Amino acid sequence: MTATAAQPLLSVRDLRIVFDGRHGPLTALDGVSFDIAPGEILGVVGESGAGKSLTGTAVIGLLDPPGRVAGGEIHLAGQRIDNLPAEQMRKLRGRRIGAIFQDPLTSLHPLLKVGDQLVETILTHLPVSRTEARKRALDLLKEVGIPAAETRIDHFPHQFSGGMRQRVVIALALCAEPSLIIADEPTTALDVSIQAQITTLLKRLCREHGTAIMLVTHDMGVIAETADRVAVMYAGRIVEIGPVQEVTRRPSHPYTAGLMASIPSVHVRHEHLNQIDGAMPRLNAIPPGCAFNPRCGRAEAFCRENKPGLPLSGHAAACHFPLKEAAHA
Amino acid sequence: MLEQVTMPAPARAAGDDIILDVAAASCRFDVSAPALSRLFSHEPRRILRAVENVSFTVKRGTTFSIVGESGCGKSTLARMVVGLQRPTEGKLSFRDIRRADGTIGPPRVQMIFQDPYASLNPRWRVGDIIAEPIRELGLRADEMAIQQRVGDLLETVGLSRTDASRYPHAFSGGQRQRISIARALATEADFLVCDEPTSALDVSVQAQILNLMVRLQKEFGLTYLFISHNLSVVRHMSDDLAIMYLGRFVEAGPAEQVFTRPQHPYTRLLLDTIPDVERPNRERRPMSGEVPSPISPPAGCTFNPRCAQAADRCRVERPELRQLGGVRVSCHFA
Repeated sequence: MTATAAQPLLSVRDLRIVFDGRHGPLTALDGVSFDIAPGEILGVVGESGAGKSLTGTAVIGLLDPPGRVAGGEIHLAGQRIDNLPAEQMRKLRGRRIGAIFQDPLTSLHPLLKVGDQLVETILTHLPVSRTEARKRALDLLKEVGIPAAETRIDHFPHQFSGGMRQRVVIALALCAEPSLIIADEPTTALDVSIQAQITTLLKRLCREHGTAIMLVTHDMGVIAETADRVAVMYAGRIVEIGPVQEVTRRPSHPYTAGLMASIPSVHVRHEHLNQIDGAMPRLNAIPPGCAFNPRCGRAEAFCRENKPGLPLSGHAAACHFPLKEAAHA
Repeated sequence: MLEQVTMPAPARAAGDDIILDVAAASCRFDVSAPALSRLFSHEPRRILRAVENVSFTVKRGTTFSIVGESGCGKSTLARMVVGLQRPTEGKLSFRDIRRADGTIGPPRVQMIFQDPYASLNPRWRVGDIIAEPIRELGLRADEMAIQQRVGDLLETVGLSRTDASRYPHAFSGGQRQRISIARALATEADFLVCDEPTSALDVSVQAQILNLMVRLQKEFGLTYLFISHNLSVVRHMSDDLAIMYLGRFVEAGPAEQVFTRPQHPYTRLLLDTIPDVERPNRERRPMSGEVPSPISPPAGCTFNPRCAQAADRCRVERPELRQLGGVRVSCHFA
């Protein structure tokens, strides 16, 4: 039972990603399951190495060896996509799933005018003429809020500022009207005032086009402002998932609670910040049972032996002793 | 109203003695094309005004923060304070202080850098990294005492004595930042310039490092000059703060006052645009426009192209930084 009654646009079930190393396989992603409804923004948050980017990479089919999908299924609008041949996946990528990455400078070709990059992408995916494609490119640049788009279309990426470049990247992701966009840290390289412009733009596009967005970031603030639902990841697993208001206000997993409490507030000054002692385990040393148990104040012997599951309900936590009963459990 | 008034007494009990005095400091860089090219293309000289006419004092044992977006000149200011950059105009002076051991002299200044992956030599053992300043300054007489001191420092920052024999790659980002702090403390520093010390870290690790910095400040009476773009971190750390925009202070004063009653439109907009976990999914008006280039800043008030309140006067006349209650603000309408 999923939170949304309609068929989910993206459905990931028990995704397992393994890296084959010299000292045996390392499990980087372990039993990750979630849904994204059409037009929904799902935030995926976690610390570095939690597996949040890896999840996005797997969905878009860009996982590089030695990483491989060792189990689970990914469905896009009912069609299984994790086992598609490379050629079919290549056609699907960009057409039905768009991508926005962290650094706008490396996701644009430095030697091509932004207009040409947009036109090329449109021509690759849509059956239109070059003139139509250029018109569409211009419309897209206007839509993402680039001033004087008529002249800017013939500029090179280095002539744009960071925020403007990220807008071009968003236009590029929107070229073929994909139903899902994977946005991996889209605002991390930007200043706060520009960050707000980009998240507002993403939200607007999501509303107007009905595009679903998987927003991967380490910044809980960005998630809280932008996402409808949030999935919190820890050591390659989803530990809590639910509507953003509930997860941020009433976290149910001790890790989420600790994470929320360690963010300094801009409204009040505390003498001491809550801190979670220790660090996230490395992939080769993930403890048995619940991966968070060595850092958890509520852990008992049971947690050290049994891996908690994550129920597929509205607001759920993978914890044997959640802080409160999740609202819809 | 317009005369320069000294800073008011600090809100919290800390030393009243001034440790750093920055008077009308400016730093400009010549970014012109080579002289011969300029001659042929008839281009004028281009001067980048990184820091313009900045004055402030830092009191001993307190934290002074400088906040601003990229390119506002906050790192240049930090580099001037540690002496890595000479001011083009103005003066930065450290006052003599009485140290814990009774000696009187200028404070020892050290810097903690943003990227803990780039600021530690990967080929040196952690013990040698921390011992280097002790050896260089001759702070301990013999090798035994140096090793003893290195071990103590590692324990002070929450690592173990045995970590001295390991290399930096064996440590996580947060642990490396602890090593950087231990290295800075090794000189018996009194004044630490911290340039975005937690921006490269995850939030839960950030909390560990911020707590450590607060504890060390209390323990050793350290003074911090804290550079950051993260307003919530600044709120947590600072006694006083200054908001910088295009090389100038737009608002400066006690942190509590600036956060509860921001007066400059830029400060208000910054506070309004930061993502807030306590108010999820609120609708907000993002600040339009971007930071202009410091090579050709707008005339009048440098913030006027992005300011909702800007009037004709703002486009012509540059507002002075003037005292207004406890804070200094540079806005015609504050």
